[in-house]
Amino acid sequence: MTKVVIAVVGSGPGGLSAAARAAGIGVSHVLLEQTAAHANTIQRYQKGKHVMAEPNVLPLRSPLAFAAGTREKILDEWARGLAAQNVNVRYGAEVVAISGEKGDFHLKLQDGSEVLAENVILGIGLQGNPRRLGVPGESLPCVQYTLDDPEEYQGETIVVVGAGDAAIENAVALSKQNTVYLINRAGEFARCKDGNLTLILKTIEAGKVNCLYSTQCSSLVETPEGAKPYELSLTTANGQMQLPCDRIIARLGAIPPRKFVESCRIKFPSSDPTSLPLLSANYESNVAGLYVIGALGGYPLIKQAMNQGYEVVEYIRGTPVTPADEPLLQSKLAGILGHLSVTATLQSMQARIPIFAEVNPLMFRELMLGSSVHVPKAGEVVFKRNDYTNSFYTIFSGSVEIQVDENDPAKRVVLSTGQFFGEMGLLSGRRRTATALAGRDCVLIETPRRDVLKLLSSVDAAKAVVDHTFIVRAIQSGFAPQAATDELLPIAANSKLNRFRAGQVLFTEGDEADSLHLIRSGSVSVLRSIGGREVVTSYVAAGNYVGEMGLLGNTQRSATVRATVATETISLNAATFGELLQKNPRLRQELEETVRQRVASNTHLQGQDHAGELISFLLKQGLGEATDVLLIDETLCVGCDNCERACAATHGGTSRLDRAAGPTFANVHVPTSCRHCEDPHCMKDCPPDAIRRSPNGEVFVGDNCIGCGNCERNCPYGVIHMSGPPPEQPSLMSWLMFGGSKESVYSKLQGLGRSHHHEPAAIDAPKAVKKAVKCDMCKGQDGGPACVRACPTGAALRVNPEEFVTFVKQEASRF
Amino acid sequence: MYESLLNHANRRYLRVSLWLCGISVALYVWHDPLSPPNGGTWLGYTLGGIGAALILWLTALGIRKRSYSSAMGTLRGWTSAHVYLGLSLLLISTLHSGFQFGWNLHTLCYALMVIVIASGIVGVVAYQRYPQLMSANRAGSKPDRLLEEIQDIDQRALRIARGMPRRFADLLRANRDGTALGGSTRNILAGRDSSVLMVPSNKGAVSSPNSGQSAALTWLGDELARSTDGELSRRIGDLLSLLAERRNLLRRLCRDAQIRGWLDIWLYIHVPVTLALLGTLVAHVVSVFLYW
Repeated sequence: MTKVVIAVVGSGPGGLSAAARAAGIGVSHVLLEQTAAHANTIQRYQKGKHVMAEPNVLPLRSPLAFAAGTREKILDEWARGLAAQNVNVRYGAEVVAISGEKGDFHLKLQDGSEVLAENVILGIGLQGNPRRLGVPGESLPCVQYTLDDPEEYQGETIVVVGAGDAAIENAVALSKQNTVYLINRAGEFARCKDGNLTLILKTIEAGKVNCLYSTQCSSLVETPEGAKPYELSLTTANGQMQLPCDRIIARLGAIPPRKFVESCRIKFPSSDPTSLPLLSANYESNVAGLYVIGALGGYPLIKQAMNQGYEVVEYIRGTPVTPADEPLLQSKLAGILGHLSVTATLQSMQARIPIFAEVNPLMFRELMLGSSVHVPKAGEVVFKRNDYTNSFYTIFSGSVEIQVDENDPAKRVVLSTGQFFGEMGLLSGRRRTATALAGRDCVLIETPRRDVLKLLSSVDAAKAVVDHTFIVRAIQSGFAPQAATDELLPIAANSKLNRFRAGQVLFTEGDEADSLHLIRSGSVSVLRSIGGREVVTSYVAAGNYVGEMGLLGNTQRSATVRATVATETISLNAATFGELLQKNPRLRQELEETVRQRVASNTHLQGQDHAGELISFLLKQGLGEATDVLLIDETLCVGCDNCERACAATHGGTSRLDRAAGPTFANVHVPTSCRHCEDPHCMKDCPPDAIRRSPNGEVFVGDNCIGCGNCERNCPYGVIHMSGPPPEQPSLMSWLMFGGSKESVYSKLQGLGRSHHHEPAAIDAPKAVKKAVKCDMCKGQDGGPACVRACPTGAALRVNPEEFVTFVKQEASRF
Repeated sequence: MYESLLNHANRRYLRVSLWLCGISVALYVWHDPLSPPNGGTWLGYTLGGIGAALILWLTALGIRKRSYSSAMGTLRGWTSAHVYLGLSLLLISTLHSGFQFGWNLHTLCYALMVIVIASGIVGVVAYQRYPQLMSANRAGSKPDRLLEEIQDIDQRALRIARGMPRRFADLLRANRDGTALGGSTRNILAGRDSSVLMVPSNKGAVSSPNSGQSAALTWLGDELARSTDGELSRRIGDLLSLLAERRNLLRRLCRDAQIRGWLDIWLYIHVPVTLALLGTLVAHVVSVFLYW
């Protein structure tokens, strides 16, 4: 068996680029791809999808071409490149184990064969392998794990296996023109989005999908003489059954690649599923000769991965290249570089700033690419109290002064070189709790939220420091602005950071009251048991505290407190709190005042029959994590849709708001419109980091969106959609009368008795470039959100958590 | 926290409007011209000037409404002022006329203005009254969803009919195909269900009115009365309850369309007549100055 110099595992953008580079310079290599075609993830994009080439500023360094274009064009281009470079590709070659060491790696394949290589480049992405059916016959050709185009199948009997969102969406889409069975292992649908739950239950009820609950597949056989070509055996609650079918679509989720990667002896810094493998500046893992590139290494963008593929081959050959991003860093650091090189400057940053000390150089480089360097003048405001920004600052040199006491601007805490600030806004997703002013000769590094979260999930030491500092500062700003930071250290050491899942109880009515919770992120609802029924009596947002009554002398909890969304709190026990009371004599008075107000508010709400129901309804609509939400009063709304038109007119012709959609309770309607969550779900997995939060709190999508649709899928409220160019303008007359109108319900009424089936959409119509659009709260426009400004009747109102309780009080009193 | 257009800013524009009316009436009473009061006195010209300016400004709401990026107040404020000052125009222009009406261009102009204001009043009343009724009628659902539910019922009913004699499926299809809501503006505004049902009979199919599913329910009722088969009776019972539900849904849809209709219809008078008013206003002003 011959040994190659480089074995590349996975033919994604990174792997392709690496193999093509190796082929181009005559290095012996093999590219191992487990499926039958290159770039499987991109092959699975929908037909005609436009693929973007972010980040635009980054130059491409690869023998293969890549520019923004349709999926087909890019895949063709790569296929041509592979042929032109004469790349040695083995398709259908799934690597199941990698053993050996640098110079002598053994790659074991699924079919039992082995590949020998001196070096291995791992570029297998994060998608993972689909979970298999796991029954005899699973490799028959009728079993598939994806569904590209539901319209492709007509008149078939199709069995969909699974109970998640993908299974439900496939089953419903196929049910229009096929007989569909859905196999659900459980007795209900517990893992899907609410919208899909309603959809599937309705479809099942209408008899369009036959759902078999508590059922598992046991085997699959070919039946050449039967009515259908295959027969699936099932184990149901009532025994065995046979199901003749044409096709089986298994949507059982994917097995994350982490286990495989760990089996190759590559180490991860923590057990956090989002943490990334430790890599050297040359993308080499802790196993010498084993390199990791692309999404698996934390670089989700196509161009980054292609550049890495090229660079890593050069490193292996021993001809180091300056990374493609060098010029970008050079211009970013221009203000402070002096005579030093980029690498030297980055090294001095890591040496000076403790929380960056343990970050590996490659990751730090990436972090700095996302960050910006500021050289503010002395006295300049870095950020203001109540700003909504959530970036993180570290002090490279000079000092920064923080105004910790709102009432006394002269009282400042001075932070010096190496320290950090801004972690409160970052971690809670709430407004800034203090104003930061630059000191003398100040150089600051501002790092966006996403990069910091990546850092914290990968480097435990950094996380511990940030968490500890957060507690000290939270106590300081919440209870003891007068106390010096040092005095608070012992108190902070006795405090606990707690995490609660959505719905989890912090404490129960009647429990012994022994601690107070300062809510650092998320929110909680307060419930009381009245006549054997739990009634929501209040809602408390992040930045406030609950359980204070217990520490002021009451020994029993007077109410149950439950997390409305994933929530983090800092709990202080009675002894620790006693120390705080000594440090701040005014504190007791302040707390008593809070208790008084809360009791008054609670009794007020309890007096109103429907207040609890209204709070519960609004919390279900995501107000527990909202920072600003549009609520429409149905007794005032005339349905003119001027809000939607205003939204479209001020946002390039596409409305980000669907007024009529969304649920209604009593008179309060929650339209489909962004809630601007404090910890936005949409931000979680945005490859180009295009979703940001502005100082005023608006969560918006930047121009560098690549249209991947992750945010649309991640948003639990369905308020983001992918949109192409705007629709045509209405005619002059309809504009004069109504400002242009949508398809009216009357035209549908007239069509009621006639046709019931839908025209199939043109399948091969070219897809326009689609990008994510969502409400940006009319950021940058005078006068506030256009939807509210354009409402002629006063039915549209935006509410933030601080006004939430007042809102409920007023609305409940109108029932 | 909500503030309706009538309550905007503590009814600031109601107060402005009342002041304007009060001053106008006081001046009219105090003013004692040589001729009987008319548009040609100094007060007449003043009131006419104010009235014409008001008309132009009131018309400008149409432009402000579409200036979506305008930060000049809120549209609610503008609409509030539009309503109250629009009402004051009725008094101001009447005083301007000095109660001299005749079969001439000037009175035509006045009449058009009254039509515009009257249709506006209909609009304000509709805006105050109907949203609440619409919300109650929809009960948290939406017209599109009601339509889907009706289609759902049709399919469920046809599935039940599969095991029944053919005439049942025929009737259900006829019931579905004969369903007609809306259609003409008059039907929509009256909330009329103009469905028909082609009932199979010995003399071939006969068309009967099927408002509120009446004909279909009667037909099924007759079948039930005749039926001696237990299973068939049970199925007819199921169909009856489905059609009763269908009737409720159709009623709600009709009502919804009716309310939406009344919320919109006044605009079809208000806007075109305003354009006509602007034309006659120009003619009125020009002619007055020509004959001066």
